[in-house]
Amino acid sequence: MTDSTISSRSPETSSPKPEYLLGNVAATEGALAAGCRFFAGYPITPSSEIMHLMAVRLRELEDGVFIQMEDEIASISALIGAAWAGKKSMTATSGPGLSLMMEGLGYAAMTETPCVLVDIQRAGPSTGQATHVGSGDVLQVRHGSHGDYMPVAFSPWSVQEMFDLTIKAFNWAERLRVPAFLLADEAVGHLRESAVLKKDVETWDRPRPQGPIEEVTPFGTAEPDGVPPMPHFGEGANLLVTGSTHDPRGFRKVDDPDIQDTLVNRLTAKVLSKRDEIVETESYFLDDAKVAVVAYGFTARSALAAVKACRKEGKAVGLLRLKTLWPFADKEVAKLSAHVRSIVFPEMNLGQLAGVARQHAQCDVVSLPQTNGRVISPGRIRGTIAKVWD
Amino acid sequence: MARALDKYLRKGLSGTTFCPGCGHGILLGSLLRAVDELGLDIHKTLFVSGIGCAAWIPSPHINADTLHTVHGRAVAYATGAKMANPELTTIVVSGDGDLASIGGNHLIHAARRGIDLTVICANNEIYGMTGGQTAPTTPIDAHTMTDPEGNQYRPFDLAALVLAAGADYVARWPVTRARALTESIKRAISTHGFSFVEALSPCPTQFGRRNQFDSIPALYDDLDAHCVERGTSEAAPATNGPRFEIGEFSRSDLFANGSAEQK
Repeated sequence: MTDSTISSRSPETSSPKPEYLLGNVAATEGALAAGCRFFAGYPITPSSEIMHLMAVRLRELEDGVFIQMEDEIASISALIGAAWAGKKSMTATSGPGLSLMMEGLGYAAMTETPCVLVDIQRAGPSTGQATHVGSGDVLQVRHGSHGDYMPVAFSPWSVQEMFDLTIKAFNWAERLRVPAFLLADEAVGHLRESAVLKKDVETWDRPRPQGPIEEVTPFGTAEPDGVPPMPHFGEGANLLVTGSTHDPRGFRKVDDPDIQDTLVNRLTAKVLSKRDEIVETESYFLDDAKVAVVAYGFTARSALAAVKACRKEGKAVGLLRLKTLWPFADKEVAKLSAHVRSIVFPEMNLGQLAGVARQHAQCDVVSLPQTNGRVISPGRIRGTIAKVWD
Repeated sequence: MARALDKYLRKGLSGTTFCPGCGHGILLGSLLRAVDELGLDIHKTLFVSGIGCAAWIPSPHINADTLHTVHGRAVAYATGAKMANPELTTIVVSGDGDLASIGGNHLIHAARRGIDLTVICANNEIYGMTGGQTAPTTPIDAHTMTDPEGNQYRPFDLAALVLAAGADYVARWPVTRARALTESIKRAISTHGFSFVEALSPCPTQFGRRNQFDSIPALYDDLDAHCVERGTSEAAPATNGPRFEIGEFSRSDLFANGSAEQK
């Protein structure tokens, strides 16, 4: 009856030239290219450049809306309200703000509201080191709000991916009606390098009602993993949007075990049904590797440098780079672990994703944690590889 | 409820979830009368609520777009929806705990911005749904589950609070004066800017039974006796306890009572 719709912006006559720009700027341009027309946010280092640029760029657009809210709880709340009023919506924040957004994240998951959260991670916990890098939020976006849900989260390693993966985050948010994350770290957000900001990007829109609006079930599908059509406010659908357990029409059903069970399972199943399309990885020198590094975000740049250096020494070492963090690349890690002796997993936290990888790996997974607010050097990764190698 | 308002009610509901004697049904009636008398297009009207008994006034009862949000955030959700689609007449209906305690920051900032929202606060002076705990509006000495010996802290004057924050239209009425309440809701919706209507709505279940009200009528009589309409010669309440100034308020009223030095 319904499906998400795909469209392309009109192709440019000449392909755009590379630009030299900041990661946070590229994420902003990616959002706008994906169709973002609403931004609500609250100032926080190291993400504020995104809000600064949105404040200018959205106000230049006839259908663009920018609002600075009173805190991050209000920001994600406004985002969800705007999404139901028909806008593709985004906010940008960092750890302390993300912590405040956890209740809104759960509401977005429960009400199946498409929205994008850009998290430029800094060193935590709490206020931590506001201007220094970390990757400590990767489990929070997955489990930080109470109850079960499944977000989509991408981890860019370059300014180019700050642009490209923001677009992907929007497209999956829309296709699946879920909150989606660009889970960047400060080092990539504040990186300056060349990137191509394509104009003719593929964009997806949320599934919309077909046929009589009064027959729409905005919160349920016949399939256990479907994505229901989403009417907007003001269209005559008499919407019942609620964070309480609800039936397919939206009526609160807070005592019915079957409705609770069906709804909560579908919220995760609809994401996992597209898992093979969402999960993206890149492989470097893995064909004959005896030891593999698994890494994401800025850390993957150091990991690739380390792997190349090891190859020069004659060690068969490779890299599996995770572009998608959620859903987790479980099959890819499992497959890799069947062919290597060990996996080395550097990350800018105390081993958050290494622990997840361990659940799927047949081989040893050696965590290389670092939480000093600095990027992990290639030398440190080489050192761990050398220990594992011997 | 008058049959004439049935067209605004969602089909398939067997009744409300409100307790016997709850004032929220009267407020729902006043709200729908206001919608009817203004001739609002119900399909271009959005009702937003938070969590609590009052949040259930619009959701699911009103057959229009309803956004039943998390606790305290209704005004922030409404701000996003209104900004995204300015054609939506956006009305927030929620309780005193929701709007003035957990949601207090969102309330004053929405009043400051002056975005075109109407916020209707059903003030029952207590947390009803969660079991009768002290609210930021609970009168001094009133008994609650969390202050069994009597509340010792001053309640908010919500009208003064939102006025000071910049609200464009502010009124307060008890549900016992439903006609005046309806007229104020109409004015609030018609005001371009941030409007706030406080509806004093008794809670017999949680407030009445803990505060020596033997019957529902006694609670309503007491509320009415403690209200003094502004600009009238109505006598000040004879009994002890909270005194509500009711009517419409403007910024110039802010420091009228007992705060002359701030003028």
